[in-house]
Amino acid sequence: MATRTINVDYIARVEGESSLQLDIRDGVVDRVRLSIFEPPRFFEAMLRGRRFDEVLDIVARICGICPIAYQMSGVAAIENLLGIEVEPPIHALRRLLYCGEWIESHSLHVAMLHAPDFLGYSDAMAMARDHGDAVRRALALKKAGNDLLRLLGGREIHPVNVRVGGFYRVPTRAEFAPVAESLKRARDHAIATLRWVATFPFPDCTRDYEFVALRYRDEYPMNRGRIVSSAGLDIAAADYEDEFLERQVPYSTALRSALRRRGAYLVGAMARYALNYDHLPEEVRALAGSAGLGAVCRNPFQSILVRAVEVIYACSEALRLIADYEPPARPFVAAEPQAGTGCGCTEAPRGILYHRYRTDSDGVIQEANLVPPTAQNQGIIEEDLRQVAMAGLDLDEDQLKANCEQSIRNHDPCISCAAHFLTLRVNRS
Amino acid sequence: MAAASARRPRLAVWKFASCDGCQLSLLDCEDELLMVAERIEIAYFPEAARRMLPGPYDLSLVEGSITTPADAERIQRVRRQSRRLVTIGACATAGGIQALRNFADIREYAAAVYPYPEYLETLATSTPISAHVPVDFELRGCPIDKGQLLEVIKAFLADRKPAVPGHSVCIDCKRRGNVCVMVASGTPCLGPVTHTGCGAICPSYDRGCYGCFGPVAGANTAALAKEFAALGVARRDIARLFQTFNAAAGAFRDEAERHGD
Repeated sequence: MATRTINVDYIARVEGESSLQLDIRDGVVDRVRLSIFEPPRFFEAMLRGRRFDEVLDIVARICGICPIAYQMSGVAAIENLLGIEVEPPIHALRRLLYCGEWIESHSLHVAMLHAPDFLGYSDAMAMARDHGDAVRRALALKKAGNDLLRLLGGREIHPVNVRVGGFYRVPTRAEFAPVAESLKRARDHAIATLRWVATFPFPDCTRDYEFVALRYRDEYPMNRGRIVSSAGLDIAAADYEDEFLERQVPYSTALRSALRRRGAYLVGAMARYALNYDHLPEEVRALAGSAGLGAVCRNPFQSILVRAVEVIYACSEALRLIADYEPPARPFVAAEPQAGTGCGCTEAPRGILYHRYRTDSDGVIQEANLVPPTAQNQGIIEEDLRQVAMAGLDLDEDQLKANCEQSIRNHDPCISCAAHFLTLRVNRS
Repeated sequence: MAAASARRPRLAVWKFASCDGCQLSLLDCEDELLMVAERIEIAYFPEAARRMLPGPYDLSLVEGSITTPADAERIQRVRRQSRRLVTIGACATAGGIQALRNFADIREYAAAVYPYPEYLETLATSTPISAHVPVDFELRGCPIDKGQLLEVIKAFLADRKPAVPGHSVCIDCKRRGNVCVMVASGTPCLGPVTHTGCGAICPSYDRGCYGCFGPVAGANTAALAKEFAALGVARRDIARLFQTFNAAAGAFRDEAERHGD
């Protein structure tokens, strides 16, 4: 009977190149295809033959929006391989660096990529004509995150300062003073941004995701921890590949991750928040509550609120780390090459990012396996799309497309990251 | 004429094989972005805007390298719609890190990453935009510098040449008053042969320059490689130093080849 196909040829306001096809047959969403046509760059192949101390500069280039995440999972994996335990001040500086990336990446997504969906604009620049203060505030907030990245990393995109065993150079206490000032203002901007996004209209939607995130002692997770889930998973990073697999589904050419036992799962801000709510400071929990969030958020459209809460947390945490900062006695410990295998898993802004490397006795990479958050969230993104499309079957095509795009942006996908690990296009002829 | 001057110039931002970092540099202009958006019409910039207006465009910024048959055709269409075309970053200007495939077997690369490599449509090489279409200006860097990006946008919209200097990183480092990492600590540094633009960040963070802006004109890479060897850097490691984000750029490619196995 009636068959309708809806295509979005190029999904805007996400990082990378992807398209969407919905096939609707007899009033039912028959098929959902999120296709990725980002060209492959073969990072896992290029890494072979490189020395362990070249890896961090190379993997940063997988993603211009979250290069720190790649450097953090990479350094965790290689230090694990070499048996290096960094000293607490080095660990604190890495957490501080991650705070900078969370602030920068989340502010970009909240205000410039996601908010226009709720208010009906093409983009943040157009939105600024009517919501100038909110956009300028978000830009100032993003800039504060970038200030931190620039001081600790040398530059915002593809920073140069992280090395195996520590940092090339560590800042003095005095160098942090201006950044701390900008972070204090940023924290106010972050609170105002949360209040602003809390006024947005949120579609009714409740999803029963299995959340997956890191968890470590009393920290809100960034650089370390066990991989836990809302269904009771609790494993070390080294056991990641035993519990998760990458699989290919017949209607799509893209590999996506799944829990071997249970299937699709969600990583990212909503998962971190649900699994680590008790590790957020009381005042951040109170602000979340005033924005209408409980201890768990199951409405993907409200992920924008959760990201806004995480930005407030990252500003507070950065200020705490700067206040407590004592420069380490030495910026790094020496790293000697050795043969072995090492794993690392850290919390990229978009969710857990897993790296595994194997080296020979010269410290040359023989094998690399990298699993980015967007590859892990693809299954959920398609499940969400099916639900959003079913709920919107009576809408006109433009509105249905807009709802579907918004649904994809709920998870802040990073296609450049994902594509280096995904097949792209079937050409069977 | 009045109508023409009232019309804002139209900007397009295109992505080919890349990490998105160079186009992100435009959104990282936090202090200038809204002003830029008032002066020019952002007609096509999918990373930031849902509205995608058809060409022609007054200025196209092109990020990324050509690695697929489809992209080799698409860049021709982009060129036809663009009055001026400027490449942004090492991928678009030199082929990027993914040009390491040019020195390897692409089938073996694909098999190492993908379970069904036969499904991929990919070229054996990663090539810069200038290998496919005429380019009006090439902005270097992995990533580009956002100050230079703003200068390029301003210059092309005013129909003048961008004021982007062409000296080596070594000069910037002297200007910053850095102690030379190579002389003082024996750290191999590509500063003498690398194009300016970053502001000599790496030596300012106590490490050697790794060449992310690519070779400066007239780079004497052979003399520098000889110095590296004198510092005790192994032949294979000298090749690696030149084989990163600008591996396919003339002088770096040739020097790596001279130190090949």
